[in-house]
Amino acid sequence: MRVALFLTCVNDTLYPDTGRAVVKLLTRLGVDVDFPMAQTCCGQAHYNTGYRHEAEPLARHFSDVFGEYEAIVTPSGSCGAMVRELYPRMGERARAEGRGDTLSATLAPVVPKTYELTEFLVDMLGVTDVGAYYPHKVTYHPTCHGLRGLGLGERPRRLLQAVKGLELVELPGAEECCGFGGTFALKNSDVSAAMGADKVRNAESTGAEVLCAADNSCLMHIGGTMARLSTGMRPVHIAEILASTEEEPAV
Amino acid sequence: MSSRERILGRVRRALADAQDPRQDDTPPVPEGPGRDPQYEQAVPRDYLREHGERSVAETVDLLAENLADYRAIVHRCAPADLAAMIAGMLAARGAKTVLVPPGLDPGWLAATDAERIPDQVESTPHELDQVDSVVTACAVAIAETGTIVLDGSPDQGRRRITLVPDHHICVVRVPGQVVSSVPQALERLDPARPSTWISGPSATSDIELDRVEGVHGPRTLEVVLVEGQASADVTS
Amino acid sequence: MSGTFVGMPAFPKAAHEAVHDQTLRGNLRHATHTIRAKREKAVSEVSDWAALREAGKRIKDHTLRHLDRYLVQLEESVTAAGGTVHWAADADEANRIVADLVKATGEPEVVKVKSMATQEIGLNEALEAEGIRAYETDLAELIVQLGKDRPSHILVPAIHRNRGEIRDIFRGEMGEWGRPAPEGLTDTPAELAEAARLHLREKFLRAKVGVSGANFMIAETGTLVVVESEGNGRMCLTLPETLISVVGIEKILPTWRDLEVFLQTLPRSSTAERMNPYTTMWTGTTDGDGPENFHLVLLDNGRTDSLADEVGRQALRCIRCSACLNVCPVYERAGGHAYGSVYPGPIGAILSPQLRGVGSEIDASLPYASSLCGACYEVCPVAIDIPEVLVHLRERVVEGGAVTERGNKVVLKPAKGHAAERAAMRAARWAFSRPGALRAGQRLASRTRRLHPRSLPGPGKAWSGSRDLPTVPKEPFRDWWQRTNGGKDGAK
Repeated sequence: MRVALFLTCVNDTLYPDTGRAVVKLLTRLGVDVDFPMAQTCCGQAHYNTGYRHEAEPLARHFSDVFGEYEAIVTPSGSCGAMVRELYPRMGERARAEGRGDTLSATLAPVVPKTYELTEFLVDMLGVTDVGAYYPHKVTYHPTCHGLRGLGLGERPRRLLQAVKGLELVELPGAEECCGFGGTFALKNSDVSAAMGADKVRNAESTGAEVLCAADNSCLMHIGGTMARLSTGMRPVHIAEILASTEEEPAV
Repeated sequence: MSSRERILGRVRRALADAQDPRQDDTPPVPEGPGRDPQYEQAVPRDYLREHGERSVAETVDLLAENLADYRAIVHRCAPADLAAMIAGMLAARGAKTVLVPPGLDPGWLAATDAERIPDQVESTPHELDQVDSVVTACAVAIAETGTIVLDGSPDQGRRRITLVPDHHICVVRVPGQVVSSVPQALERLDPARPSTWISGPSATSDIELDRVEGVHGPRTLEVVLVEGQASADVTS
Repeated sequence: MSGTFVGMPAFPKAAHEAVHDQTLRGNLRHATHTIRAKREKAVSEVSDWAALREAGKRIKDHTLRHLDRYLVQLEESVTAAGGTVHWAADADEANRIVADLVKATGEPEVVKVKSMATQEIGLNEALEAEGIRAYETDLAELIVQLGKDRPSHILVPAIHRNRGEIRDIFRGEMGEWGRPAPEGLTDTPAELAEAARLHLREKFLRAKVGVSGANFMIAETGTLVVVESEGNGRMCLTLPETLISVVGIEKILPTWRDLEVFLQTLPRSSTAERMNPYTTMWTGTTDGDGPENFHLVLLDNGRTDSLADEVGRQALRCIRCSACLNVCPVYERAGGHAYGSVYPGPIGAILSPQLRGVGSEIDASLPYASSLCGACYEVCPVAIDIPEVLVHLRERVVEGGAVTERGNKVVLKPAKGHAAERAAMRAARWAFSRPGALRAGQRLASRTRRLHPRSLPGPGKAWSGSRDLPTVPKEPFRDWWQRTNGGKDGAK
């Protein structure tokens, strides 16, 4: 199976460790991963801020880059939801604007074969125990677009529960948004910061060392808040936990 | 142009993109409940007619349970004991006067010495406010939600008589008047009659979203489930 | 605080104070978390919730799609049942109709059932200007009216007040409006409810005119439905001689049977009960029972403008349950007043800019008052995809375009104040369309990483005021991939 890693522009630029972890993990599970160098951005920030027409060329570019692969895997719930949920909607809107089915047809091939990482592991590879080792106390924050957009459900927790040495503790108010929300974090920074602080306090109350999520955008916001509040907790992407082994433990 | 024409015109222009020419041929306006095939097609009704499977007795038990859950006081008795039970409830409350709908079975009040105040059109709200209690029958009761429905029939009276007095005794003939669910209750009701659906005594959640019973409607609702009677036996 | 929403600042500015008001935050947190848990329990009792939600959505969509016919049918059935139907294109017309109807009775006062439509049109203020006093009778509305406050929640307009504040308002203000609060009133909810009962009772018993809205109107039968808890609705709907109901045109259901869906979904979504304590249904007038005169005022006031928007029109499915407010993390922290409308919360953020347009500062800011977390859509009993409409309205703000205003098609210009953002979005699109340009930018960021501050000046403060910035790595992922041949060369 030809599998492409859609890392996302944020991870590529700011969180290359997450990308390396995905490659290490999938390679360990026998998947031949490719990273198409022409990939850039799915257009989510544009779309969600009201610049749908600016997002369209990015979506077409995405389709050009990834259309030939059999599966597209991304370690981001929100970018995954952008492709799966919102690309079809962009096509519909273009049609409603009298621009025919071209955009729909261009985007259609990538929609069903785009998977968020934990979905790909559980549904496509059929594994929950990925042979990981991570001797830490961890709490898990389900990010909104993964939870409510993609419907990841219990997949991430099942993967974490199978990790050797990992103690998973419940996060109070887990399903409540962390307050990132893309440009929301800037346009409504007071409310966003208040939501972030509440999320961090809930995380602290668990006594965990690590807050884990499947989306680095949310972790950037939560981690930045943790650092500012000097909590001593760390944000870690789930891929980095699942990639960690006894031979090569993540730090 | 009248506002009527203006609004209808705006609606039609607003829907220009959505009008499906096929649907324009036959008006979607139903002639009566459930008679319009297009409307039936547009709305899937694959929700349940009732939730769960229960025997008749279990349905009545559920009604009692849900009424009590919303702080109605529930009593059960045989038809022969009803008059004594109502008399006891009125006495316990110290009720000296009781409002009586015109069609109420006179036997129900045979044992009380409270003064009967007839439900009549001339009574003012202030006069009704002086009455201690009211006794009525009901049109139907819904087990799943703990609801009794009054529809202004002669044994239930005008809507206001069950509103102004602070104590309402409502008699439900079981199992005849009990249905399981909201859909089943609507089937039994006549839309032309004014109806009042009552689920427990009046309540509010307006202070910190905590529920408190007892605001403007009767603060005490007592429901008597009279066993072993179909509604037809009593009303005919 | 004044009683109107005119001239409200943009949402972020209004939210700024609320976020730092610890009492308010505590009140809202307590109330919304209480109802959230209860709602979840009430909904989980019903195994066919998803089917009921879908049916509710389809009934509403079908009705909206044929709204003209259903309005005409409703008018016929209400008239046949003894009611009189009036049509109001906007708030002014509705207020004038109601004021004239009240004046014709010669009464100086009316009692009111809680109604969003009459709040929306500012009926109380309009009646006041005509010398008619309108008494709010819902407990929370009473708290708002006595406190000269504004509503901050659809179901519980005084949700921002805790019991102690309510006691103070009752003690201080009830005497001005009628029967004073009882001596030694404490802050227990039962005592506060009792105080409201005593205060309002004299008004109910003497009332000759009642004013209400309605939750549903049945086209085939002409039946109106009001769902309530306290009995104040029953008082206003049955004791007066004249009843005037002001109802938005989107509140129609085609058939009597349709109630079987909404009478299951509304109470569980709203007060989280299997059934609310009281529901009143009436069809025109009934001899000897209830008001002799019944007037129905059908209100447009921007609804047809929303109907003309094929994405936005789904907001007209709303049955005003307020479940979306109760789950919204933004509402919980910003409070209802920040939304600058009688419709706060997620539904308000999509309804107000459609009913009023996006011309004002507050209305142009509302589509952004959301992190798009989707909790509102998940709980909505008529499946309004609120995030979808929010994004659609953001587009209207930044791009402008064709919209309908007061029934007329107009072309909006892009809103001011978004020029820098627009330029940034275009630049990003340009760079992201060229992998080479993206890579050059990433490398520049990596090379200068030691120079990056932990916090930013100017507009960047919006981020770094409360959060540290992430550190930029030594090299972007794509450079590592290329350098190590996808990690196969063993280099780290």
